[in-house]
Amino acid sequence: MESLYILIPLSVVLVFVIGLVFWWSVKSGQFDDLQGPAYRILFEDRDEAGSGDAVPPSGKPADEEKK
Amino acid sequence: MQTETTYNYKVVRQFAIMAVVWGIVGMLVGVLIAAQLVWPQLNFPQLGEWFHFGRLRPLHTNAVIFAFGGSALFATSYYVVQRTCHTRLFAPGLAAFTFWGWQLVIVLAALSLPLGFTTAKEYAELEWPIDILITLVWVAYAVVFFGTIAKRQVSHIYVANWFYGAFIIAVALLHVVNSAEVPVLAAGLLTPKSYSAYAGAQDAMVQWWYGHNAVGFFLTAGFLGMMYYFVPKQAGRPVYSYRLSVVHFWALIFTYMWAGPHHLHYTALPDWTQSLGMIFSLILLAPSWGGMINGIMTLSGAWHKLRDDPILKFLIVSLSFYGMSTFEGPMMSVKTVNALSHYTDWTVGHVHSGALGWVAMVTIGSLYYLIPRLYGKVEMYSKDLVTAHFWIATIGIVLYIASMWISGVMQGLMWRATNPDGTLTYAFVEAVKASYPFWTIRVLGGLLFLTGMLVMAYNVFKTVAGAKPVDAPVLAPAHA
Repeated sequence: MESLYILIPLSVVLVFVIGLVFWWSVKSGQFDDLQGPAYRILFEDRDEAGSGDAVPPSGKPADEEKK
Repeated sequence: MQTETTYNYKVVRQFAIMAVVWGIVGMLVGVLIAAQLVWPQLNFPQLGEWFHFGRLRPLHTNAVIFAFGGSALFATSYYVVQRTCHTRLFAPGLAAFTFWGWQLVIVLAALSLPLGFTTAKEYAELEWPIDILITLVWVAYAVVFFGTIAKRQVSHIYVANWFYGAFIIAVALLHVVNSAEVPVLAAGLLTPKSYSAYAGAQDAMVQWWYGHNAVGFFLTAGFLGMMYYFVPKQAGRPVYSYRLSVVHFWALIFTYMWAGPHHLHYTALPDWTQSLGMIFSLILLAPSWGGMINGIMTLSGAWHKLRDDPILKFLIVSLSFYGMSTFEGPMMSVKTVNALSHYTDWTVGHVHSGALGWVAMVTIGSLYYLIPRLYGKVEMYSKDLVTAHFWIATIGIVLYIASMWISGVMQGLMWRATNPDGTLTYAFVEAVKASYPFWTIRVLGGLLFLTGMLVMAYNVFKTVAGAKPVDAPVLAPAHA
């Protein structure tokens, strides 16, 4: 089963890479606040439709911005 | 607070509209091939070989997974990453290239598969020139997505982006490893035909390592990204437990990669590899159900919203199907169960419980949220039509899955039945004959689901027609 000589090392390397990314995300404070982000997509990323201003005041029609 | 620039919604609009179009095309081909199993004359042999089941079946799977599902993933990931990072999309030229490149891939697939060009690898049938184009588009996608993450205006990366990011990286890796192939030379020239770089059981192992991880990262991780943004937004409530969503993500990606061998139970694959695949498949039940419960419980305390919000109905029912198919999947990967279910319609039913119930329903719900906002509207043209779509689609799925469960178990039992003297009780053709009623019900279920998509297309057309495309201004975060 030579294909396992590719797939198993690949998985092992991958787990280390994922581990590194996880380590970075913990160190850089990605998980310091595990409550706030859930609320922030509701309050800071304002839902135009929900707040009744479907067409944002300064929203330009898309075809104006393409050159 | 608002800043001067706007989000890049153009590419989101393009992909969102094409998701609806390709959904209809892919499901139409699905209904046709389902009908071919009941009425073989629909293979149109007198017209040539192009409409034969064997040619159209990969067209159906590629169209619904990569054209419909892929376009929906591009659209929502570009939307979510901009909104949650409070910044405009990175490299707009590359983003436009991903749109046109992906559409070209789809058109080439629609031409090459009926013409008979295939690598014969399930869900990776496209030949090498198209594989190269897919790779280029995918690299551009990664640059646009991760470039946008890199220039984000908030330090936290919202959980949906982690799922989308894992999906993009994993699919790149899977595609490159599984599509390693050697083109055939004819008279010193390259032909569009190729053969896999691996052979025999090796090839099967690589293929299903790809195949199941494609299910895991294309059809699960990507759509979970969609779920973690659109469910809270549509419900107007934060996700039930943000902590659980982070655990869900890391548990899923640490444990996913080795479920593939369960597609090769009782084959030439070494026994220990099969058992390994089964064990990893069983482990996956835990993170999957964690995520499913997290999504559904977002509505905890606000269940009344389900009563009159058809978009939430789509989203919550999609999570129910996600829970059902992620229970059914590990169960089917158990070798003794697999001995009954493998090669039968049960597998087909399981796939569609995931594909129609989870992937298509969560996509449809997200598109109904997304499309009006891309055209400066509050909601879809007709809420009643969204409700109608929901019921038509749900009944369609139930008919589809239930008929496949019954015919699958029946086929498994008929194939294994033996007489006291050890001979087989049924000839294969008797199991085929007994399956006809259920295949007919399946056509009806598929037809209903397709009808729902046509209702959606009309609703989308009425919403979009005459409306000006609007790019919302980039919202500044309260604190960076």
